Amino acid sequence: MKKLIISENLCKGCGLCVEACSRGVLSLSERTNAMGYRVTECVAPDKCISCACCAVMCPDCVIQVHREVKA
Amino acid sequence: MKRLFKGNEAVAEAAIAAGCRCFFGYPITPQNEIPEYMSWRMSEVGGHFVQAESEVSAINMVYGAAGAGARAMTSSSSPGISLKQEGISYIAGAEVPCVIVNMMRAGPGLGGIQPAQSDYFQATKGGGHGDYRMLVYAPSSVQEAADLTYKAFFRADYYRNPVMILGDGMLGQMVEPAEIPPAADVSALPQKKWAACGNNGGVQRVINSIFMAPDTLEEHNAALTRKYEEMARSDVMSESYMTDDAEVVLVAYGIVARICKAAVDILRAEGVKAGLFRPITLFPFPYREIATLADGAAERFISVELSCGQMIEDVKLALYESGKRPQCGIYARTGGNVMRPEDVAEHVRSGRINKSWIK
Amino acid sequence: MDKIVFRKPPLLTDAPMHYCPGCTHGIVHRLIAEALDELGEFENVIGVAPVGCAVFAYNYFKCDMFQAAHGRAPAVATGIKRARPDSTVFVYQGDGDLASIGMAEIVHAAARGENMTVVFINNGIYGMTGGQMAPTTLEGQKTTTSQSGRSAKEHGNPIKVCEMLSALTGPAYIARVSVHDVKAVKTARAALVRGFAMQKAERGFSLIEILSTCPTNFGMTPQQALCWVRDHGTAAYPLGVYKDIGLPGEGRE
Repeated sequence: MKKLIISENLCKGCGLCVEACSRGVLSLSERTNAMGYRVTECVAPDKCISCACCAVMCPDCVIQVHREVKA
Repeated sequence: MKRLFKGNEAVAEAAIAAGCRCFFGYPITPQNEIPEYMSWRMSEVGGHFVQAESEVSAINMVYGAAGAGARAMTSSSSPGISLKQEGISYIAGAEVPCVIVNMMRAGPGLGGIQPAQSDYFQATKGGGHGDYRMLVYAPSSVQEAADLTYKAFFRADYYRNPVMILGDGMLGQMVEPAEIPPAADVSALPQKKWAACGNNGGVQRVINSIFMAPDTLEEHNAALTRKYEEMARSDVMSESYMTDDAEVVLVAYGIVARICKAAVDILRAEGVKAGLFRPITLFPFPYREIATLADGAAERFISVELSCGQMIEDVKLALYESGKRPQCGIYARTGGNVMRPEDVAEHVRSGRINKSWIK
Repeated sequence: MDKIVFRKPPLLTDAPMHYCPGCTHGIVHRLIAEALDELGEFENVIGVAPVGCAVFAYNYFKCDMFQAAHGRAPAVATGIKRARPDSTVFVYQGDGDLASIGMAEIVHAAARGENMTVVFINNGIYGMTGGQMAPTTLEGQKTTTSQSGRSAKEHGNPIKVCEMLSALTGPAYIARVSVHDVKAVKTARAALVRGFAMQKAERGFSLIEILSTCPTNFGMTPQQALCWVRDHGTAAYPLGVYKDIGLPGEGRE
């Protein structure tokens, strides 16, 4: 299950999500999107606890956060 | 049923009759009776009155109320109308219908509180920024002020454009019998699909006048121009009085037209072939009608105005359309002074072209 | 089985926002949409956009929108509320729009107790026009029109809008919040919810001042700009609730 759904086309590489994550889950990748911004990337998905701090700080609604729920 | 009305109050009551339910005003002589009247009358019809903090705010309140679909009006006098110019440009640019009343007073600057017509250019050539025009009605009686204010709301809605009632201090302050047109059924008015009144999750409506892409804005300007061309084709109103065989035609609007009508009567009694041509719409200006007179018997045109040669420019433009080249002069008083019928008659008798306001 | 714990609120459109990378306008737009969503206010919302960076806000909200002349949004909203008393109106203004050219409008809308919610973005600068000094520019802060730093003698003193407006009788709720970190953003969200609740309960005028950033004209990275607001912004503009007459049922009538 992917916890972070990232709309790379909307990302502006501002890095606020990277700073907001206390677990180093995100990082700006070397890849750039159509606007020429380095896009945020999930580099440590296993460390993610779906706290959504990254999404809260994102000005462009780039990140949709999912959490695993026991059936 | 006729009733004695002060001009300002007839305008207010006619607006109510036309379904105006939002009025935003500010005190300034000589139009104070309009906000005063609205301050109690609006609540009687379930409408809203706000005395704004300034004329700038008032016109922007009109932009809000009218943009949300209500029939809205503001009124002021010359200096206050100057303050509203930016707002009027936005209203025209965003294609929002509304009615703006200007009871003109002498200018420039604080000027005076007596009647004048010195806002003619501002009203007809666009006092704010950008290429926009207002439909401008110039009543010359309390009855006509009521009728034109009433009509203004319907034409504003039709064109989605501001309409100005251009009166003056005298017209606003004088009392005459008048009959207010029958009250429009507000609920039966056509629904304004473009209005931003809360879309309940449906299609978004935006009241806006910014278009960053030049091509888009150019097309927008073209659309506005087509609107003003339609006004010129179908909305021109004027009145001719004894002009068929007139050799001297007085061109005057508003209160001055009443004075000139009396002057024509004086002259006709002496066998002088004088006539009066009275524009009722100042935009669109009746160019063709004046040109037709020039092609006929008229040899001399005199623009009689309470301003330093403003309407005369449009009269000359009209004469440009004529095959002949009659003389065209001006008879003007300013500062709040108003010429008497005898003064106008004397000027016509003298055969002079211009009677300048400069002694 | 998984659950979505964070998504774009329904009132926002899908249009990419034109704001600079890391500009907090985007956060505040989302918070407004979240606050309205939380109150179930989706039906009759009308927004008023200012002149400034947020002039194109009508592209980002799905509700009906107005674009108002510079400084006149509170007057436009006053007109809207008269025409549509049952609508929920939010007014979005920057510091130049509200505290400079539009000062008379905001003061009188507040004094009239207009039933509207004003979202006041205080980033201490004119962003759209390239970084000029605003009424809320801090003392000593360099801008393109206070190039050696704002000095009280030469440029006058910063204006504290919440403190000023809360002295009026008309307002029901006035709060200053920030978005410099996750905790602050959640507080800001709660303040917006309360502001809209005030409007819904017809308690009168509500204004939420949100300390914001302008990375481009601050000449900082987005994160540095947030830290600058956290340290210098909140020092000059203390966060907190400046007026709250309470909602019905809170026993504070």
